[in-house]
Amino acid sequence: MTSTTSMITLKVNGEKHVLPVDHRTTLLDALRERLDLTGTKKGCDQGQCGACTVLLDGRRVVSCLQLAMAAEDREITTIEGLAEDDRLHPVQQAFLDLDGYQCGYCTPGQICSAVAVLAEHAAGWPSAVTGDVRPEAGQPELTAEEIRERMSGNLCRCGAYVAIVEAVARAADAPGKASAVTARPEGARR
Amino acid sequence: MKEFQYQRAGDVPGAVALLAADPEARFLGGGTNLVDLMKCGVERPARLVDIRRLPLDRIEPSREGGLRIGATVTNSDLAAHAEVRSRYPALAQAVLAGASGQLRNMATVGGNLLQRTRCPYFADLAKPCNKRAPGSGCPAITGEHHNHAILGASDHCVATHPSDMGVALTAFDAIVQYETAEGPGELPLTEFYLPVGDSPHRETALPPGALITGVTLPPARVAANSRYRKVRERASYAFAIGSIAAALDVRDGIVHDVRLAFGAVASRPWRARAAERLLVGRPADAEAFAAAADAELAAARPLAGNAYKVTLIRNLVVSELTTLVQEGTR
Repeated sequence: MTSTTSMITLKVNGEKHVLPVDHRTTLLDALRERLDLTGTKKGCDQGQCGACTVLLDGRRVVSCLQLAMAAEDREITTIEGLAEDDRLHPVQQAFLDLDGYQCGYCTPGQICSAVAVLAEHAAGWPSAVTGDVRPEAGQPELTAEEIRERMSGNLCRCGAYVAIVEAVARAADAPGKASAVTARPEGARR
Repeated sequence: MKEFQYQRAGDVPGAVALLAADPEARFLGGGTNLVDLMKCGVERPARLVDIRRLPLDRIEPSREGGLRIGATVTNSDLAAHAEVRSRYPALAQAVLAGASGQLRNMATVGGNLLQRTRCPYFADLAKPCNKRAPGSGCPAITGEHHNHAILGASDHCVATHPSDMGVALTAFDAIVQYETAEGPGELPLTEFYLPVGDSPHRETALPPGALITGVTLPPARVAANSRYRKVRERASYAFAIGSIAAALDVRDGIVHDVRLAFGAVASRPWRARAAERLLVGRPADAEAFAAAADAELAAARPLAGNAYKVTLIRNLVVSELTTLVQEGTR
């Protein structure tokens, strides 16, 4: 190892991987090019499109702006880690059932983001369209407007938004929706 | 991207010492702005000191009865915090109005204050920019500047500060705490950003190598009745073209206390003290609100293509204070 490379351990979908990385390596490039987990997609590579969304300790992040070094020893969940054996995650199933995509390129990011949206909502997090953010106002209803705002970090070039919103709404009503990942958004933790 | 060394800081003194030992080192928080700027070559650090695992991720009551927010608290945790939402609702709203869910999970409070302008010339190495390359010129003044400053700018730079969070923190008199190799220090957020003048590349009053450790919000009864309103060119996930954090306490129809700060109009979140002074003791009505906005905006020097912001901010002052009058009596 030189001064600008290191050996690190990445924990992806429950599996540990030890690999040498150039410090410049993003988590996105490490997943796709080093670990052959190509489900996570590279769109803008600038944190603007959401195609590279994965879960880090249960929270959604854009992996293109996340250095692999800084993700060491944290729980990384990608689209490949959402299903349990042959059973799709409820969000995946809802996207399939309701055609929540066209070309499919943004879909892994949309689905990872939606899984986190449901956990964030379940934790009582407000959004920019929540009328009253005070905790005494209670958990906001997950309306189409709320879903659109909360999913606004995921762009769909094909414009499949109508079906995406329907799929997220259906998944919100599905049992066990937050089962495949640790529902980590613990908003009231601190 | 230039190659760099990477170290994870174990404690605050260690982090500060690592930076003091290497003038080309930078702290890495969430990285949402720094990593992006490293990709396009605007930032070229030789070493990153990762501070995300420092014990600065808590929100706690302050001794004075306000809140102390650690520097590595994420935007998401700040906006979800029950005390923030009930006592300083405009701060939660401001944070939620910024970026996307993914970025808010990564971005930190300290990094938010230190993020760089989104002026397109700043990020374009093929263009001059006095902020990035001192003395090279400012193409925005005669070029694309519809979202640039109308207040406090100079002939050297007309860039705006992009933070939403900072606007609410400015309205609520936040104090920034930092640590250096020589010891701790603090700065009111209203004095944290330097005037633009002829040195737009010098952005803050932080000493060299300082690590922001936290932000303290003083207790303020007026803050419980507050709002943040952001105007942007699409419904979500865009920087403001104008924003306002407003808090209002009206008693018997008279303004008892008021806080106003504007975003996307200056190189820093703009505290509207002239407007505040004019309002206290006056009737809480639209006429007084408009007069206060006009007093603050008398100093505005819009460019050829952004005079709309003067009208926009004036309208925001009137509409948000009017809404707060109604909400404060419910």
